[in-house]
Amino acid sequence: MVESNFNRPDFSLARESLAWGALARGPWRETKMKKQAKFGIGIGIIVVALGFLAWLGYGESKTYYHTIAELQNLNSSARAQRMRVGGTVAVGSIRRMPGRVDFVLEGEGKALPVSYAGSDPLPDTFVDKSQALVEGHLGPDGRFVAEHVQAKCASKYEAAPGGDTKGAAGSATQPSSR
Amino acid sequence: MDVFGSFALLLAFVCAAYAFLGGIAAIRTRHPLLIKSARQAGMATCGLIFLATFSLEYLFFTDNFSVAYVVSHSNRDLSTFYKIAALWSGMEGSLLFWSFLLAIYVLSVLITYRNKNGELMPYVGVVMAGVQLFFLTLSNFVESPFKALAAAGPDGVMSFITRQDGNGLNALLQYPEMVIHPPNLYSGYTGFTIPFAFALGALLARYPGEKWIHLTRKWTMIAWMFQSAGILLGAHWAYAVLGWGGYWGWDPVENASLLPWLTGTAFLHSVMMQEKRGMMKVWNVWLVFTTFLLCILGTFLTRSGVVSSVHAFAQSNIGPWFVAFMGITLAICLGAYLKNRDYLASENHLDSMISRESSFLFNNLLFLVACIAVLSGTLFPVFSEWFTGNRISVGAPYFNRVNIPIGLLILFLTGVGPLLAWRKTSAESLKRNFGWPVLTGVAVGAVAFALGFRVFFSVVCLSLCVFVAATILLEFYRGARVIRARSGASYPACAIDLTMRNTRRYGGYIIHMGMVFVFIGLAGAAFNRDVQKSMQVGQTLQIGPYTLMLQGADTKPEQNYTAQRMLVEALHDNKPIMMLFPEKRRFAGNNQENGTMVAIYSTWKEDLYVVFAGIDPETKEPVIHAFLNPLVKWIWFGGVVVVFGTIVALLPNRRSVLVLAPSQQPSAVEPLPPALTSSVALREGHD
Repeated sequence: MVESNFNRPDFSLARESLAWGALARGPWRETKMKKQAKFGIGIGIIVVALGFLAWLGYGESKTYYHTIAELQNLNSSARAQRMRVGGTVAVGSIRRMPGRVDFVLEGEGKALPVSYAGSDPLPDTFVDKSQALVEGHLGPDGRFVAEHVQAKCASKYEAAPGGDTKGAAGSATQPSSR
Repeated sequence: MDVFGSFALLLAFVCAAYAFLGGIAAIRTRHPLLIKSARQAGMATCGLIFLATFSLEYLFFTDNFSVAYVVSHSNRDLSTFYKIAALWSGMEGSLLFWSFLLAIYVLSVLITYRNKNGELMPYVGVVMAGVQLFFLTLSNFVESPFKALAAAGPDGVMSFITRQDGNGLNALLQYPEMVIHPPNLYSGYTGFTIPFAFALGALLARYPGEKWIHLTRKWTMIAWMFQSAGILLGAHWAYAVLGWGGYWGWDPVENASLLPWLTGTAFLHSVMMQEKRGMMKVWNVWLVFTTFLLCILGTFLTRSGVVSSVHAFAQSNIGPWFVAFMGITLAICLGAYLKNRDYLASENHLDSMISRESSFLFNNLLFLVACIAVLSGTLFPVFSEWFTGNRISVGAPYFNRVNIPIGLLILFLTGVGPLLAWRKTSAESLKRNFGWPVLTGVAVGAVAFALGFRVFFSVVCLSLCVFVAATILLEFYRGARVIRARSGASYPACAIDLTMRNTRRYGGYIIHMGMVFVFIGLAGAAFNRDVQKSMQVGQTLQIGPYTLMLQGADTKPEQNYTAQRMLVEALHDNKPIMMLFPEKRRFAGNNQENGTMVAIYSTWKEDLYVVFAGIDPETKEPVIHAFLNPLVKWIWFGGVVVVFGTIVALLPNRRSVLVLAPSQQPSAVEPLPPALTSSVALREGHD
């Protein structure tokens, strides 16, 4: 009986749970209610705390998507929001200057001048006619100041959108280290 | 071969339809021949899917550029490995590959249980066939991988054409992990179909007791293992190829792979509540349903581009199909639940805050909240557009704020939960089990703080990691000591013996240990640094204790691309350690694409991560971007440990005749593994 030590309590467990079953049906009901209330409070605290954190994070990072055409019709408070704008890089518009890259995004027949001054190098896929997604703020002069630039090579991603297999395109061309 | 493949696919569709409809008829009539024929139709479906998949691979290997899919994802110069991987590099092939992996699972299930569980299997077969039917519908009628290449001639008439060469595989995908990451992740996604089929089947059949959980435990763990490995391989891939210095960016596609993992992990834990205490039956069934739906959602998000694209649904026509399928599945699950919910009544109630039950409860709560947080963050652009008309996205700060505390709480429970007794834990046993681990954890935290690590979450994480590791090691030590007292063997031999007696429990501990390593690695992210500099040959760049010296540059033509390499010498405290070759690859093919290859010098303490970021347009000098990322290696190592632990947990327990007799429980359907119940002894001090 080498193993007996390992298993003896098994009896006790079975016995105890039988006994407990009988108790739980009896006069112990009130404490059960109390316990459930305790659990409810515990769960409530966790959920509320996490909800609060989520709300904080939401406020910090919410970003509005707009098309280039929409930008012109935004009211002043909407213009101040952090936003993402997508479009096609106009041919020959990329001008690299010290510390900044200027280019023009086109979409729906409109054009948007963009200045990118982020520290990360622009992605390899950022070339003329590529589809780019810029994230940042709209300046008072109508020029978009981008902090991040994502680019998709148009010819390649048309057929297989959303990224060729996990992680490839969606995040792939993202230069930012966030 | 393309005609052969598409016929195989069409026949597979017909067989799946028979397995589905015939299966329903078989359940209605209980006719044994009908049951058998439905099962065999299910097997034939799998065989035909295999044929279709192999014929698509054949087309890749024979460079058949008359097939549109081959043209867009391969070229003649592509190496053999990537020709295999080209199968899942686009939407059509990925959907076929999904069916292929699912067919492996389905066939294994059908063969394993062909003569067992006669009441349940027809239901399971119908559910599996239903899922297959959906994917085969997509492959046959919506996104066929065998579509022939056609082009309009000068007269405007469409005609079939054959190209000389293909467009080549996307540069970002030409990396070794492309060959293993998607199969892993997809095996995870598809694998959760099996527990789903059993859960739904058991509910529909009103199959008694916990049997479906026992039957599906191994399948769930296999799926979970692949999912875990797939996620980490994806993170590693992003780290090694994308060159932004990180491995996780809360990208929708990354989140999509995490979601079913979260609910799947919750499920693996909460099933124990049902097995041991008959609780949380409704919860478990819904966790499986949710996990499966999230797998479908994950496939959908990855494939459709609904979230990452600026224009929803514009890029793909599979979106409505997936939404419809998820809607129908949800409706069926809900219907089955409402009809048969009475059989899921709980047998026990929670007794105490400090008990194994409550630790499982909180574990599940946290996993679920994490899942909801990630899901709502990922789908926020879609929902905000529906409700407010504005497309609003949330970024990393949102995800980090919620998920870091959740991760730490779960880590805490990882240490505490397994050592709490069922029902109620005494203060004395708390002291005995947690005294030393808590002390070591706090001590390490204090030392880290004294050494100047002042990032709150990282220090807490490190403390918790040490605490959890200590509890696990203590468990192994205690168990081994008991065995050693009798056998007199060495401690490592006893620990192995102990593990083999109860693979599920100790395999679980090994998995927990792996997660501890992963968390150690994650804690390091708070201390990442980076420096960027445009450099001439001979110039140096300093980052932490490392000096990088640019020695030169060269250009290397390869089979499929040309590499522009920077020769960078890395020195640690002015002692040369190694040469690093960060490179840019320019791929041949119709699209002149670039790829980045990061050079990494990896140690247990930190990774030196060097990127050749391009040529500065002003100075014409190469720009080197160097990162110093502490502890990253622990993440990959932790992943290996997790997979190893899962394999251990999948092994059968070593038989031990002596212990079988006393562990029989009258109520249990199957006798529990003896050592499982014995664990209570070691913990609660009943001995």
